[in-house]
Amino acid sequence: MIRIGIDVGGTNTDAVLMDGKTVLAGVKAPTSPDVMTGVVQALRDVLASAKTTADKVDVVMIGTTHFTNAVVQRRDLAPVAAVRLCLPATASLPPMVDWPEDLRDVLGNHWYLAHGGNEFDGRVISKLDEEELLGIADDIRAKGIKSVAITSVFSPVSSEFEKQAGEILGRALPDTHITLSADIGRIGLLERENAAIMNACLRDLSQHVVEAFRGALADVGFTGRFYLTQNDGTLMDAVFAERFPVLTFASGPTNSMRGAAFLSGVGDAIVVDIGGTTSDVGSLQKGFPRQATVAVEVGGVRTNFRMPDVFSIGLGGGSLVVDGPDGVKVGPRSVGYRIVTEALLFGGSTLTTSDIVVADGGAELGDRAKLAHLDHALIRRARDRIAFMLEDCVERARISADPLPVIVVGGGSILVEGPIAGLELILPNHFAVANAVGAAIAQVSGEVDRVYALAEMTRDAALDDAKRQATEAAVAAGARRETVEIVDVEDVPLAYLPGNATRVRVKAVGELHVG
Amino acid sequence: MSDDGSWPLLEADLLPLSIGAAFLGTGGGGNPYVGMLRSRELIRKGATVRVLPLEALPDDALIGEVGGIGAPVVGVEKIEEGAECFRAMRAVEEVLGIRMAALISAEIGGANSMEPVITAAQAGLPVIDGDGMGRAFPEVQMTTFFIYGAKPSPAAIADDKGNVVVFRHVQDMYWLERFARDTSVAMGAAAGLAIAPMRMDFVRRTAVPGTVTQALTIGRAVQDARAKRQNVVERVCAATGATLFLTGKITDIRRELKGGFSRGEAKIVGLGDWQGSEGRIAIQNENLVLWVDGEPVIMVPDLIINLDLETGEPITTEILRYGQRVAVIGLPVHDLMKTPEAMAVVGPQAFGYPELTFTPLAFGPVSA
Repeated sequence: MIRIGIDVGGTNTDAVLMDGKTVLAGVKAPTSPDVMTGVVQALRDVLASAKTTADKVDVVMIGTTHFTNAVVQRRDLAPVAAVRLCLPATASLPPMVDWPEDLRDVLGNHWYLAHGGNEFDGRVISKLDEEELLGIADDIRAKGIKSVAITSVFSPVSSEFEKQAGEILGRALPDTHITLSADIGRIGLLERENAAIMNACLRDLSQHVVEAFRGALADVGFTGRFYLTQNDGTLMDAVFAERFPVLTFASGPTNSMRGAAFLSGVGDAIVVDIGGTTSDVGSLQKGFPRQATVAVEVGGVRTNFRMPDVFSIGLGGGSLVVDGPDGVKVGPRSVGYRIVTEALLFGGSTLTTSDIVVADGGAELGDRAKLAHLDHALIRRARDRIAFMLEDCVERARISADPLPVIVVGGGSILVEGPIAGLELILPNHFAVANAVGAAIAQVSGEVDRVYALAEMTRDAALDDAKRQATEAAVAAGARRETVEIVDVEDVPLAYLPGNATRVRVKAVGELHVG
Repeated sequence: MSDDGSWPLLEADLLPLSIGAAFLGTGGGGNPYVGMLRSRELIRKGATVRVLPLEALPDDALIGEVGGIGAPVVGVEKIEEGAECFRAMRAVEEVLGIRMAALISAEIGGANSMEPVITAAQAGLPVIDGDGMGRAFPEVQMTTFFIYGAKPSPAAIADDKGNVVVFRHVQDMYWLERFARDTSVAMGAAAGLAIAPMRMDFVRRTAVPGTVTQALTIGRAVQDARAKRQNVVERVCAATGATLFLTGKITDIRRELKGGFSRGEAKIVGLGDWQGSEGRIAIQNENLVLWVDGEPVIMVPDLIINLDLETGEPITTEILRYGQRVAVIGLPVHDLMKTPEAMAVVGPQAFGYPELTFTPLAFGPVSA
C-alpha cells in the first residue's frame, strides 16, 4: 500500500510517501497563507522525490493545525446556537459560562436551556418538549444562525434525547449543521458542551478546508480516499472530519510522537520534538502518547478531549542565545521562521542555538565562516545550557525509573549533542518529518465511556459489553475488524452510588481498512 | 476589613478559594470548579457575601449548615439547578420558625467549600470563616459539629426538580447519613442538604477555625508560585506547614467498591530524594493512610494530599492513575479532630484500620 502523510504546521508543511512500512521520500515546503498552495507544493515535491505519480498512491492522511489555530486566533468561526437539554437541572451555569469573552462574542453567545436530560442511571430528568424546541428553532432561524450544538445531561449514558432533539431541530431548520455532544465528548457536561460548541463553530470552515484538501489532492491527480488525523493519533475519513473538525485538536504533537515511535521501532520511550521555537516533550507507551489527565484548554476553553500529555519548553533551532552576568541564557525568545535571514550563519545579526551548534561543528548549515569570531568558551557554555534544558525536560517526562530511550525528532534535532540524562539516544531516519510519518501511519479507533450498574450485571460482563461497543465503534470508523485491539480499559467505581455503579472507559484501535 | 473583622468575598478570591479547597479535599470532596463558577455568576450579578470571623456574632445567633450530597462525578455532569441548598435551608427554617444568621460549611475540602457561599449569596447572608472538618470526609456524621453534640434534625434535602424532603426527627447523625444518602440517590445522586441550625457559641467552640482563610491562602500561594515559576509544592508546604513525605510515580492503582464507597490503594515508586523507596496510599474517596517502606507515616484524620509534581495541582482519587508523578504531602488536622470523641468517628479504627494507632503529624515551618 502506497500512502502519503502530510502535516500542515504553522511554519512548514511536511509530506512523506511510504510503501508499506518503508519511507520512500520526505519533503518540507513552507506553509502558505492559504494553506492549500503549500499542500500542493509538498505533494508535488514528495511525488517527484519518490519518482512516482499520484495515481499510484492508495491513500492520503493529513494532520492539520488549521482548526486549532482558527479557535486560538478567533478567525473563520461561525455563530452557534447552543441548546442544552437539562431543565430544571444545570440552570445555574449557562453554556459558554467559562469561556474567554472575546471568543464567546465571536460566536454570538446564543444559548437555550430546554427540557430533557437523563440521570446518571438513565432515568429521565424531564421529558423532551417538542413545542419548546420548535420555539427555539424559530428564534435560531430569526437570528440567521446556521450551526447548532445540542448537549443533553448524561448523554454519554443515554444519547436518545440528543438524537431526538437533533431530528426535531434538523427538520425545522434545514441547511443547518447539527452537532450532538455525545458524538464528541465524555462525561463532564461543561467540557463536553464546550467541545460540541467549538465543533459547531468550525463546521463552515471544515466544509471549506476539507473541500480545499480535496481540491489540492485532485490538483496533483489523486482521486483516492483521504483522511484527517485526530488528537489521539487515529484517523477519521474526510466526511467524518467535515462533521467533527474539533477532533483534530492537538493532532500535531500526537503525530510527531507516533511518527517517532514508528521510525525508531521503539514503543516505550520519551520523545523530544525540537522545532524552531519550542521543543515538545512527551512519553510513549506501547507506541501511543500518554494522555493528559487534567482538563486541557484550547484557545482558553476547557475541554476533556483525549489529548497527549505533552509539554513545551522554549528551546528550538531558532532560540536566542544571550550571554549575561548570570550566565548564558537560551530562549524562550526565538527568531522562528526568520532564522533563514536573522541567524548569524545565514548572514544575520542574531546569535541562535543553531549558530552555536554549527560553530561547534555539530551540524553543516549555512556559512560556518560567519561564526569564526564566536568565543569558544561561550560556545561550550551555551551547549552545556542546551544540554541541561534537554536533560531537565526529559527527566520531567520520564514516567518510570526504567532506562527508557529518548527519541529526538524535528528540524531542530541538531541541538542534541549526545545522550540526554544518560539515556539511550535515538535519532531515527527521516527525523525531520516524523510528524508527517505519524499522520501516514495513523490508525482508527473507537471509544466507549459509560456508567454500568454492576448490581445488574457482573463486572466482566460490563467490560465485555464496553469492549464490544468500542470495537464496533472502531469498525464503524473504518478499522479492519480483524486488526482491532483493545488498547485501554479503565473502570472507576462511582463513590456514593448504590448498585455498584461503575464508569467504564474502553478504547479500541485498528488498522485502517484500505481497498 | 470592617470593625467586626469581616471581609467581603470578591470575585478574584473565588479561584484561589477553589484551588485551596481542592487541596484540603485530600483526594476527595468533589471538584470545586463548578461551585467556583456558580458563585462567580452570582457575584457578577451583584450578590455580596461577607466572611465573618468566629468571634463576630452573638452567642444566640443561629448558624445554618448546607452542602451538596451525592457522587462527585455526577456533580460535573448534572450541574445544579442552583437553589437546591437554598430550598433545603428554607425548609429547615420553616420547620423551626426561625431564620439563619449566617452559614457555615460542613466540609471545606472540595466542592462543599463553595455551597455555603452560593446559598449565602442567594439568601443575603454572611458565611463563617471555619468549617466542620478542616478537610473532606466521605460521610455526613464526620464533622466536629456532630462529634461534639450538634443535633442532626430537623434536616432537609432538596433536588433540582423542586422536591424537598424534611427529616423531622432522626435518632442520631448516622441515621441522617443513611436517610440522606438514600434520598440523594433517588434524587439523582446530586442534592442539597441543610442541617439543623447551631447556636453561635457552640459553633465558636466546635468549628475548625479560619479554614476559608486557610483555603484562600493556599490557593493564592499556588497562583503566586505558578506566576513566579517557583516550585509549587515547596511553596504550598511553606504556606501551610505541610511536610513533603514522598515524591514518586504511581505504579499501580486498584479500586473496588465496598459499602457504597470507592476503596482502593495506590502504589508509588520513589523518585528524586526518595529513589529506592516505595509508598502505598489507602483510599476511601479520600486518602486515608500513607505507608512509606512499610511504615505508616500519615494516617486519617491528618491530611494526605497528592499534588501533581509539576503543576502542584491536587490530584483527586478518582483521576489518580498509573504513571502520574506526584508529591505526597501531609498536613496535621486541627486538634478538634484528634480528641478521643473525634477518634471514634474519624480515626483509623473508624475507617477499618484497627491495627493502626493514630500518630499525629507535627507542623513544619510556616512562612509567607
